[in-house]
Amino acid sequence: MRRIALTLMALLVAMPAFALDLGTPLKDPAAEARARALFSELRCMVCQNESIGESNAQLAADLRQLVRERIAAGESDDQIKEYLVARYGDFVLLKPPLEPRTLLLWGTPLLVLTLGALGAVLALRRRPIPATSTTSLTEAETAELDALIAEDER
Amino acid sequence: MIAECGHYALVLALALALVQGVVPFIGARRNDAALMGVGEGTATGQLVFIGAAFAALSWAYVVSDFSVLNVIQNSHSSKPLIYKLTGVWGNHEGSMLLWVLILAVFGAAVAVFGRNLPPVLKADVLAVQGWIGAAFLIFILFASNPFVRVAPAPFEGQDLNPLLQDPGLAVHPPLLYLGYVGFSIAFAFAVAALIEGRIDAAWARWVRPWTLGAWIFLTLGIAMGSYWAYYELGWGGFWFWDPVENASLMPWLAGTALLHSALVMEKREALKVWTVLLAILTFSFSLLGTFLVRSGVLTSVHAFAVDPLRGSFILVILALFVGGSLTLYAARASSLRQGGLFAPISREGALVLNNLLLTTAAATVFVGTLYPLALEALTGGKISVGAPFFNATFGPLAMALLIAVPFGPLLAWKRGDLFWAAQRLWFAAGAALLGGAGTWLYERGGPALAPLGFALGLFVLVGAFAELVERTRLFRIPLGDSLRRARGLPRAQWGSAFAHAGLGITLMGIVAATSWSAEQIEALKPGGTIAVAGKELTLDSIGPRHAENYVDLAARFTIREGGTVVGHVESAKRTFAARQMTTTEAGLVSFGPSQLYVSLGDVQDDGSIAVRVQWKSWVLLIWGGALFMAFGGVLSLADRRLRVGAPKRARNAIPVPAE
Repeated sequence: MRRIALTLMALLVAMPAFALDLGTPLKDPAAEARARALFSELRCMVCQNESIGESNAQLAADLRQLVRERIAAGESDDQIKEYLVARYGDFVLLKPPLEPRTLLLWGTPLLVLTLGALGAVLALRRRPIPATSTTSLTEAETAELDALIAEDER
Repeated sequence: MIAECGHYALVLALALALVQGVVPFIGARRNDAALMGVGEGTATGQLVFIGAAFAALSWAYVVSDFSVLNVIQNSHSSKPLIYKLTGVWGNHEGSMLLWVLILAVFGAAVAVFGRNLPPVLKADVLAVQGWIGAAFLIFILFASNPFVRVAPAPFEGQDLNPLLQDPGLAVHPPLLYLGYVGFSIAFAFAVAALIEGRIDAAWARWVRPWTLGAWIFLTLGIAMGSYWAYYELGWGGFWFWDPVENASLMPWLAGTALLHSALVMEKREALKVWTVLLAILTFSFSLLGTFLVRSGVLTSVHAFAVDPLRGSFILVILALFVGGSLTLYAARASSLRQGGLFAPISREGALVLNNLLLTTAAATVFVGTLYPLALEALTGGKISVGAPFFNATFGPLAMALLIAVPFGPLLAWKRGDLFWAAQRLWFAAGAALLGGAGTWLYERGGPALAPLGFALGLFVLVGAFAELVERTRLFRIPLGDSLRRARGLPRAQWGSAFAHAGLGITLMGIVAATSWSAEQIEALKPGGTIAVAGKELTLDSIGPRHAENYVDLAARFTIREGGTVVGHVESAKRTFAARQMTTTEAGLVSFGPSQLYVSLGDVQDDGSIAVRVQWKSWVLLIWGGALFMAFGGVLSLADRRLRVGAPKRARNAIPVPAE
């Protein structure tokens, strides 16, 4: 709790260590690029908000190894993700899948945008009632205005 | 004794805050000038007492008074003086004290500089400030007292987290807090307007400098934090979509929207109701950020439950202020309705679009940050919402906004001509396409969308100046005349051009750094070489170096390009004795706006050391753009209409709040 408060204080949660040892890269550059892309989509579950591509934790290293092995074995990205989700749950995905319980999460941008646009259009179309009275000035302000006008005329 | 004085000063400040929350408010209702005037004295008094408390805590740090618990936990006698001082706010209690100190600074600034405000408005604003101050002072005194003593006092402290022993920490939190807390003024003005049920263009003009000042600080604070993370955390990332970062991004997005909608209100008396709501929302996001960072709720719902006092305390404050102000808003907003008419295609319309996109972006970040917490609390299910989610949702919104940015200033108020604006932007679009194509040829490879993103950044950058070109009739009249016109333009216009250009620059930096960077990792022995992006680095030597409170394992490299030496760089791993913690001190060398980023890994069994060299394309543009934005803000703040009073031509010019 203390340590967390400290690091959070500085607005960032990250370990001082860094993912230097990314493991042995795959021989095929295209396959390695796929592995790297996958790394950034998978969460290191024992870390705070770090992908397995960023974390130095042992678990992240193991998962990197696992991802590479499965790519080498010819599995598709989706198959690998499915395997990991079956093992660790949705928690492992940094981009949660669209399902009933994440509907609101994914829907928010569209919802806010639509409602906002609708509101703006309605507000634009509604003709405001022209101001009929000028009660917006207090007596003191009216007096001040009169004084100013008088000053100007002098 | 000094610590006790500090503690007592806080109690006195609380008493003053309570007086300030009640007396001027009653005075405003009864229109009693004497009662309303009380607020000025209490606001400056609060600043004096909270300043004294802060000085007392700083003193305890400077002399390493290890009978104070807070000092024990966050300081060490061998720590350099600068980090003893910055350590004051490098922890929970101290940072909350800094929070209220800054609040007091703003409160006193309103009291002193707000001479031309109508007395009733000023009294209400100060009263609201008093409520906020009182709430947080109660929190500090009862749940987060930095002056708690320990007996017997230990001989040595536990040191400050090494990650925070960095010049970046010295400036980052104060800047950020100046931003967060600065928005409290806009909030106070909004609530005061709702209480009075009266709001006009002058209101917008009074609020604008405060909002602008807070926005400048927040912009700099976020950029500073991002750069600090970039060089200190050791792997060269600059934005992580971490909840704590999001906590600072939300008020920034809402505050940016507020700046723009206040403009409409000031010029055209439209969007009043909306502007008031934004002012409330912006500060609510600031409070929410404080809650998220301070309560520990982010680590998990359970961490929060273990030590719930502080979290629940801030949650209550949050609920009171957000709930209270929104209720007031719901009750009174209808009495404010009124405003100028405008066509959809107009400056006002463009600013509405700006607000729509910024608010949606803020809502997206809000939901993305809190959704996992809410889901876990409600159903127990655990999901992660990380960078890929935000890239997929926030990204398109930001792109749409950026495409629209250059058009906005070219549209006339009330009724604009989109075609005319587009004609003025042909040049910018052409320059962008050429630049994008050029970069693509130069950089080679990378994602297919990268040159387009880069071109969009260029479009925003060049397009930002289209309005100035138009106004100065550049190239159509003699250059001298144009220059004279340029000097005559309001500074706010220059300000918005620079701020918008800064957005474009930042976008170019982000696109380039994420698309065209390269990296190489190798284990090297002295004399060994590693190559990346056409640069060769030779490890010259490696060895320890001792300093006051840490030991560096430093590696020195010579950089060659095509055989010729182009520079040297040193990278280190720093081990702090007190906590036995290691940090990376990355070696950075700039080549134009791009950087070589060298970090060290572990020493291997055979005596070689793992070296990671990254080429960060155009990366400095990211923070350079933020500096442009802040500079634009400063220019705008220096605009004549803000220096000269709104209601009467003040002989004593109104100083800007930020200085």
